[in-house]
Amino acid sequence: MLEIRNLHATVAGEEILKGLDLTVKPGEVHAIMGPNGSGKSTLTNLLAGREEYAVASGEVLFEGKDVTELEPEERAHAGIYLAFQYPVEIPGVSNLEFLKASLEATRAAQGKEPWDAVTLLRQAREACKQVDLDPQFLKRGVNEGFSGGEKKRNEIMQMLLLEPKLALLDETDSGLDIDALQVVARGVNSLRSPDRAIVMVTHYQRLLDYIVPDYVHVLADGRILKSGGKELALELEQRGYGWLTGEEEASA
Amino acid sequence: MSSQAELDKLIHGDYEAGFISAIESDTLPPGLNEDVVRFISEKKGEPEWLLEWRLAAYRRWLSMPVPQWAHLEHPPVDFNEISYYSAPKSMSDGPKSLDEVDPELLRIYEKLGIPLHEQEMLAGVAVDAVFDSVSVGTTFKAKLLEAGVIFCPISEAVHTYPELIKKYLGTVVPQGDNYYAALNSAVFSDGSFVYIPKGVRCPMELSTYFRINEAKTGQFERTLIVADEGSYVSYLEGCTAPMRDENQMHAAVVELVALPGAEIKYSTVQNWYPGDAEGKGGIYNFVTKRGVCHDDAKISWTQVETGSAITWKYPSVILRGDNAIGEFYSVALTRNLQQADTGTKMIHLGKNTKSTIISKGISAGRSSNVYRGLVRMSPRAENARNFTQCDSLLLGDQCAAHTFPYIESRNPSAMIEHEATTSKVSDDQMFLCRSRGIDPEKAVSIIVNGFCKEVFKELPMEFAVEAGKLLEVSLEGAVG
Repeated sequence: MLEIRNLHATVAGEEILKGLDLTVKPGEVHAIMGPNGSGKSTLTNLLAGREEYAVASGEVLFEGKDVTELEPEERAHAGIYLAFQYPVEIPGVSNLEFLKASLEATRAAQGKEPWDAVTLLRQAREACKQVDLDPQFLKRGVNEGFSGGEKKRNEIMQMLLLEPKLALLDETDSGLDIDALQVVARGVNSLRSPDRAIVMVTHYQRLLDYIVPDYVHVLADGRILKSGGKELALELEQRGYGWLTGEEEASA
Repeated sequence: MSSQAELDKLIHGDYEAGFISAIESDTLPPGLNEDVVRFISEKKGEPEWLLEWRLAAYRRWLSMPVPQWAHLEHPPVDFNEISYYSAPKSMSDGPKSLDEVDPELLRIYEKLGIPLHEQEMLAGVAVDAVFDSVSVGTTFKAKLLEAGVIFCPISEAVHTYPELIKKYLGTVVPQGDNYYAALNSAVFSDGSFVYIPKGVRCPMELSTYFRINEAKTGQFERTLIVADEGSYVSYLEGCTAPMRDENQMHAAVVELVALPGAEIKYSTVQNWYPGDAEGKGGIYNFVTKRGVCHDDAKISWTQVETGSAITWKYPSVILRGDNAIGEFYSVALTRNLQQADTGTKMIHLGKNTKSTIISKGISAGRSSNVYRGLVRMSPRAENARNFTQCDSLLLGDQCAAHTFPYIESRNPSAMIEHEATTSKVSDDQMFLCRSRGIDPEKAVSIIVNGFCKEVFKELPMEFAVEAGKLLEVSLEGAVG
C-alpha cells in the first residue's frame, strides 16, 4: 500500500529525513517511535502533502503510484488521512459544515454516492458516539475551544467518516488521559480491516497496549534505525533510545 | 451553503450580473445645473416645496468641497459627465401589475436570479424593484395595506402621502449633511418609502432590488423608512449591476426614523460591479445611511459589502431617546483594486443607550479595506454603553486593512469597549482543510465564511445564504 524508498526530505532548507525506507501492506498497523526531532511528524505531514516539506530525493508510492507531486486534497481523495497532533481551530465554521464540505469533495472524487443531509447527520452522530463525543460538538466551530482530548477525538471522528485506506496518526495519544486513550483506541481499532493500513507515530508504549501494532520502527536522525514486532516497543520503554542512537542518555 | 450545481454555475462565468440590457431609455444629456434639477422635479410632477427643497440642496452642494478625509484614492468625479435622469421608456405609462411590466425587464431580473413571480409565490416578500430611476412591479401591496403598512416608490409617496414626506424627508440626513447627501437631495431619482403605523408588526420582510443600468447614469436613490411607535419592520436591500467600462457614480441616501418603542432592521447585500482585475469599470458608491432612534427604539444595520470599486459608507444611528439601541453588523470584502472605507457612527444622546458594532473586513489582492467608526457619548448620555469589535482578515500579502476608531466620551458614566484584531488565513487552517479533501478555493471560502459568521447570523435566512454564495464567488481566484 505504502512504499517509501530512500526518502530524503527538507524543512526550511534543513534535511530532516535522510534516507528513510518503509513498507506498509494493507491490513497492517505500524508504530513509529523515536526521540524528539527524529523526523516522525515530518514523515506524517510529508505523506499528507504539507507544502513546507520538500522531497529532495527518493520515492513515495501509494498503491503503486508516486504521490510526491500530488496536492494535499488529491492525497486525501486517494485515501490518505492525517490525524493531526495539534488540530488547528477554524473559528465560526461548524464541525458539521466542515464535514459536509470534506465528505462532499472526497466522496465525489472517489466516485462514491453523495450523502444527503439526513445521512450525513446520522453518520456524523454515530461517529461522535463511537469516540464518546457529544453530538453538540457537530454544531461547534471546528476545534474551537475544544480541550486537547476533544480535539484528538474529533480527529478520529472525522477519520471514521472519511474511511481512509491509510490512516496516519500523529501523536494521537499525547495529552489524553487513560479513559480518553481507550476511547480513541477503540475508534481506531474499529477501522482496522484487511484493506486498510494504519501508521501511528507515538512517544509512548502505552498507546500500543490498546492499538496493538504488527510492526514497531525506531526513527532517529531521519532514518529507520531498527524495526521489530510489538515487543520492540516494550524494550524501548525500558531502555530508551540511547542504545540505538549511540548516545548515553536515554530519553523516553 | 449551496448545492454543487449552484456552485459550479457561480464559479464559471466572470461576473454573472454583468450584462447590459437593451431597454430604451428616456435619458437626460450629461450635465448638472438648476435646469436639470427643475427637469427632474417636473418629470415627476413634484409640488413646489419639493422643487425648492431640491434647489436649496443644489445651491448648498455647489458651495461644498469634495470630502478628502477618506482613505480612498480615485480620480476626481466629473459631475457634468453624468446624466441625472433616465427612465425606461416603456415605463412612462406606468404598469398596473407585473403582467404589464416590460418582459425584457423581467427577464433581466430572472437572469439575476430574482424572478418577481417566483418570489411572489414562494418567499412572501414584497418587492419594490428599482430599475434605473423608475420603480416598477410593486407587489404584495394589498396585503401590506391591510396591515396599514405603506411601501411604495418615494416619488409616488410624494403625491399620495405628502404630509408624511414633508414631515420626515431630510430630518435624519439634512440636505447639507455632506457633499454626496446634498447632491442626492438635489437630484434624487427614486427609491422606497415605508411607513409602519403604531403598534404594527410588518407582516413580511420588505425588499428592494436596486440596479444600475444606463451607461453613465448616476443613481441617486432616496429611501425613507418611518416606523411609528411600537412598530417593527425588517427591510432588505440587495444590489447587482451590469458590467461597464466607465465608472458609475452612486450616491444614495437612506433615512430611518424609529419612533418610541419601534424597531427597524435594515439589511443590505451589495454586489455592485467592482471593476476588473485592474480596477477598471467599477462602481463608485458614496452612500449616506442614518437612522434616528427615539425612546426605547432600536435600529439594526447589517451589511454585506462585496462590490463596488469605491465604497464610502457609514450607516449610523443617532440614539436620541433614552434606552435606545443601535447595532451595526458589517462584512466588507475587497479584492483586486477595490477600496472600501466603511464603518458606522453611534451618537449616544439619550440615557442608558446601547450600541454594538461588529465589523469584519476581508482584504484580498491589492485591495484596501478600512473600518472607520465613531462612538460619541454626549454629556447627557448617562450609563450609555458601546461595544465595538473590528476584525480584519488578510488574504495574501499585497492587501491592506486599516482601523480608524474615533471615540469621544463626554459622560464619565458611559462605558466604551473596543476590540480589534487582524489575522491571516493561516497555512495550518488551509492544510487542515486540504488534507480533508477540500480544494484551496473552497477552503478559503469556508474559512472566510466562518470569520463572518457573527454578522451572517444577523441576516434574514435567504440573505444569509445569498451572502455566503456572494463571498464564495467574490473570493474566486483570491488564493495563492
